[in-house]
This record gives sequence, structure tokens and C-alpha cells, in this order.
Amino acid sequence: MITTYLFYLLSFLAIMFALMVVFSKNPIHSVLYLVLAFFTIAGHYVLLNAQFLAAVHIIVYAGAIMVLFLFVIMLLNLNKETEPHKSVWLKASAAVASGSLLVVLVGSLKGAAGIQSAKTFDASIGLIENLGQTLFNDFLLPFEVSSILLLSAMVGAVMLGKKSIK
Amino acid sequence: MSAIQTIPLEWYLLLSTVLFTIGVLGVLFRRNAIIIFMSIELMLNAVNLLLVAFSSYLSDSKGQVFVFFIMAVAAAEVAVGLAILMMVYRNTNSSDINTLNKLKW
Repeated sequence: MITTYLFYLLSFLAIMFALMVVFSKNPIHSVLYLVLAFFTIAGHYVLLNAQFLAAVHIIVYAGAIMVLFLFVIMLLNLNKETEPHKSVWLKASAAVASGSLLVVLVGSLKGAAGIQSAKTFDASIGLIENLGQTLFNDFLLPFEVSSILLLSAMVGAVMLGKKSIK
Repeated sequence: MSAIQTIPLEWYLLLSTVLFTIGVLGVLFRRNAIIIFMSIELMLNAVNLLLVAFSSYLSDSKGQVFVFFIMAVAAAEVAVGLAILMMVYRNTNSSDINTLNKLKW
């Protein structure tokens, strides 16, 4: 029973914070609401028995990516006054477009009934032991390729950040 | 007691759909490039949540390993994207995407 209430609470908070990210005027407030939204999603991971993934999510998103966002906002000196705005007509059409996307997606999910969950429920798949076994047995090559991806992204970011590229 | 015994999978499908749509709304609604980036992060997280939900309900740890790869790609994307944003700001003195209209038809 308590997990149901927790699910309701976390879902409500996640949707509310996500909306606040989009609609708050100040970019700094948007980043802080995004951090809160990430924390609620980490709570969902804990509810789904993915404890290790919840920890990694908080470390990577709230720890690394959000710090990058905050640094860039401080470097660009963005605030409420410099915030560009779309016209009312464009905003209304954006709302209508995403609303109809929501209707289409929910309608297509209605027809996708009949997903069979596993017969025997295994509570230990979210633990680091099982994840490590899967990662280093089935996904060894993608793991190595992603290290090359991170290296090239780092080199690219440094190149782009330089003042003048010869 | 976990969510899997008490909460049907459809609710997680619905929650992820709503979060993804809010991300799409953010991309369409705002003109500030940083907010658009944050909306893209929101969409990626909606997909991650759905992958974790399916992996838990189907008792298969491969979905959670996929989430690791999505996180790595998201980190790389944010680093490069924010560097590009710094370049744009240095050249145009604003983070408004409407100043980048050279390729616009």
C-alpha cells in the first residue's frame, strides 16, 4: 500500500518539477528544478529495485551534468532580463503540438496491451553483481566503444572551448 | 515490498510518456538554447525510466545496462553541446536560437 502512495507522490512531483523546468522564467531556477526532477526519478529507480542505478543516476546527473549546466549559465550571465521569448501564437502552437503528441502516444499505448511480466520475480537484478555480470559478459564491446566515445567527446569539448582554433 | 507487485506496468508507461511529452513541449516552447538542452535531458530520462521499468518487470538486467550506455552518451552530448553553446555565445552574444538562422529556409 505504501509503495502505491510513494508512486503517486513521486510521479506527481516528477511531472510538476518537469513542468517547472519548462515554464520558469529564470534559467537558474530551471536548472534547480531539473535537479529536483532527477531526484524524483532516482526515487522511482529505488521503487523499481534498481538501487545501484539510482546511485549512479544521482552521481552522474545531479553531480556532473547539472554542475556543467550551472557553470555555463554563470559564464553566459543569463538571467530573467536577457531571456528571449517566443510570440504568443508560437507558444500556443507548441502547446497544441505537444498535447496532440501526448494524445497519440497514449492512444497507441492503449492498443499495446498484453505485456507479460516475468513469472518468477527476481529482486536481485538491480544489484551491482548481476549488472556487472551482464555488462562484462554480454556488452563488453559496447562498453569499450563507449570509452572511446567519452574520450572523443572530451577532445571535442576542449577543441571547441579554445579561444582560437588554428 | 517493491513497486512491481503492486503497481501495473501501464502506469510507468503513462508516466514516461507524460515526461517525454513535457520534454518535447520544452523544446518547442522556449527559445533559450540551454533550456532546450535541459528538455532533451528530460526526454532521455523519461526513456531511461521506461527501460528500468521494463527491465524490472521482465526480470532482465539487460535493460538496466542499456541505461548505463544512455547515461554515457548523455554525458558526452552535454559536454560537446555546452561547448558549442559557449562558442555560439562568444560569437553572437546571446543564447537565443533565433540568431542562428543562416541555414533557415
